[in-house]
Amino acid sequence: MSWEKVYTEKSDFEKACKAAGKKLRGLTYREAIREALLLTMKRDNSVFIMGEGVDDSSGIFGTTTGLNRIFGSDRVFDTPIAENTMTGIALGAAISGMKPIIVHMRMDFLLLAMDQIVNHISKWSYMFGGKLKAPLVIRSIIGRGWGSAGQHSQSLQALFLHIPGLKVVMPATPYDAKGLLIASIEDKAPVIFIEHRLLYEHIGYVPKNRYSVPIGKGAIRKVGRDVTVVGISHMAFESLKAAEILKKEGFDIEVIDIRSIKPLDDELIFKSVKKTGRLVIADTGWITGGVAAEISARVAGSVFKYLKAPVLRVCCPDCPTPASPVLEKNFYPGAREIASAVKKICKR
Amino acid sequence: MKRHNNIPLITLRKMLRTMFTIRRFEEKIIQLYPQQEMKTPVHLYLGQEAIAAGVCLNLEKKDYIFSNHRNHGHCIAKGMDLKIIMAELYGKQTGCSRGKGGSMHLVDIKNGIMGTSAIVGAAMPIAIGAALASQMKNDKRVSVVFFGDGAVDEGAFHESLNFAALKRLPAIFICENNFYATNSPLLARQPADNIFQRAKPYLIKGLRVDGNDIIKVYKSAKDAIESARRGNGPALIEYRTYRYKQHVGTRYDHEVGYRPKEELDTWIKNCPIKRFKNFLLKNNLISLDEIERIQACIDREIEEAVVFAKNSRFPGKDELLEDVY
Ligand SMILES: Cc1ncc(C[n+]2csc(CCOP(=O)(O)OP(=O)(O)O)c2C)c(N)n1
Ligand SMILES: [Mg+2]
Repeated sequence: MSWEKVYTEKSDFEKACKAAGKKLRGLTYREAIREALLLTMKRDNSVFIMGEGVDDSSGIFGTTTGLNRIFGSDRVFDTPIAENTMTGIALGAAISGMKPIIVHMRMDFLLLAMDQIVNHISKWSYMFGGKLKAPLVIRSIIGRGWGSAGQHSQSLQALFLHIPGLKVVMPATPYDAKGLLIASIEDKAPVIFIEHRLLYEHIGYVPKNRYSVPIGKGAIRKVGRDVTVVGISHMAFESLKAAEILKKEGFDIEVIDIRSIKPLDDELIFKSVKKTGRLVIADTGWITGGVAAEISARVAGSVFKYLKAPVLRVCCPDCPTPASPVLEKNFYPGAREIASAVKKICKR
Repeated sequence: MKRHNNIPLITLRKMLRTMFTIRRFEEKIIQLYPQQEMKTPVHLYLGQEAIAAGVCLNLEKKDYIFSNHRNHGHCIAKGMDLKIIMAELYGKQTGCSRGKGGSMHLVDIKNGIMGTSAIVGAAMPIAIGAALASQMKNDKRVSVVFFGDGAVDEGAFHESLNFAALKRLPAIFICENNFYATNSPLLARQPADNIFQRAKPYLIKGLRVDGNDIIKVYKSAKDAIESARRGNGPALIEYRTYRYKQHVGTRYDHEVGYRPKEELDTWIKNCPIKRFKNFLLKNNLISLDEIERIQACIDREIEEAVVFAKNSRFPGKDELLEDVY
């Protein structure tokens, strides 16, 4: 990847390209997802999209807008509000030769489909000795803010991390959103593809061609010396913001955007921790039993002797999401909290 | 060609043969189970054989079936090789699921058996998904899902009927109403004994049929399957029947304090195999000699399956982590 910087404003992206003397196409995260769908559906007739509202004009935050007009209502269609059954239908179609993409607008609603995901989709290969495969993608969206409260805000990736037989990817950049979605659709395994609402407007370089980003490989977004910071989804972006803050104070952190949480790129993390001796993990979900806990355990199990300080986790505290802006502010961690965690384990 | 009631003789004989095979196969399980080598919970189908046999004889090899915990009969009727079922019950590497599924999770892709689920009601969505794929590809396959009266309690039943009806999918809902879900009687779980009527609000065909009369089973399923194959959408058929054995295991309920023996006795008088055998004999459609020949042949096949299963190797320890994805 030649250029992986991401901006929240289009003008900033253009300015940066100009300064670097590059002429690159900028695409938002949402446009990148739509492009991945468009290119894949053009090539492969077995791919189809279903979900509540996939064919309406707002098109899942703009990620599916107009695809129903291009591919017809047989391949892009609205569904009844029946998450569990619709997810099971995706499984049935997948084992019968199709490649369904099912969209659950919010991860909270995905909970109704846990039977099909955990008892069926994840096991439909293993439980039958590998004779069947379920190549399907479950797109699910997480977010934060605007008083969404307890049932419209949850980042439940850890639930899926726990389940053998699933893959779970969480792209943080437009480039990866496109490349990982293409890889997810092509994968023989069922993939939970988790998008973050605050990333939809982010803009970055996205090539026009059809490319894929390997599932299970993280990326070093910033090389550094003092502390390894592993960021997940939107928290990878916050980690880069934290790096800017910390630079001014003389701390040089290494930022890893883990990109997939299952399989997890242990090696990349271990290598970085061997170098820095310190680790902070920033996740969008809850702290207890979360992805950060899993990463901590793996690091402790494999590269313990390189650690110079305790591992710290920057995650949501153990309470349901509150609505009031004042409470919300204290609930969601961001760049500032990551920066304090880094300073805390550096003890300078 | 000799026929009865418009059914060719060859089909009538297949009905008998299939029912016999299911019955004898499970009687073999009952005989061998105490050896404790088959380490898997068995939900026996005895008493319900006419439904699997009558429905599946209308299906083509390419058609899909989906089924539940009580799956042996459905899979045998759809044409599955007894050897790979038996080996799976014995946890062997040669089993249909390589020893990773056990009794409740059988698979046989070439016969359209796309995996059976032991979560009550959960096979219905998957079956509907297969029907959707069939409609999208226009490959004229019909998808049949077998489930019990207990599964009607589940949301997945209603959600699946809704979607199948909405899209006019080639899907057939076969409810085997044996009046119990484990030990819970139907009327303790549902306000009325009217499963077939649940089709009505979805504007699809709903039928109630004697599930112990294989001719009636065959004909009702035939109409529904042909209609679905022509693109006329799904149907719900409630077959009324009774399971002889306990919910899971090889004993009788009255031996362990559940359903009364008198109830069982009434149903045994109404045994689908006995009824059909007598019918064939009475109408000179088969002779006692022929019946014996068929039975001997089936018993040989079952014996071979047992030998195959017992002689097969267990999966290697290194296979534990294989096939996760
Ligand atoms: C979701 C779920 N709940 C409970 C069970 C436990 N269970 C297994 S079989 C069964 C009864 C099913 O009854 P029915 O659908 O009528 O089928 P039958 O056993 O009578 O053939 C129950 C409750 C289960 N397997 N799955
Ligand atoms: Mg029942």
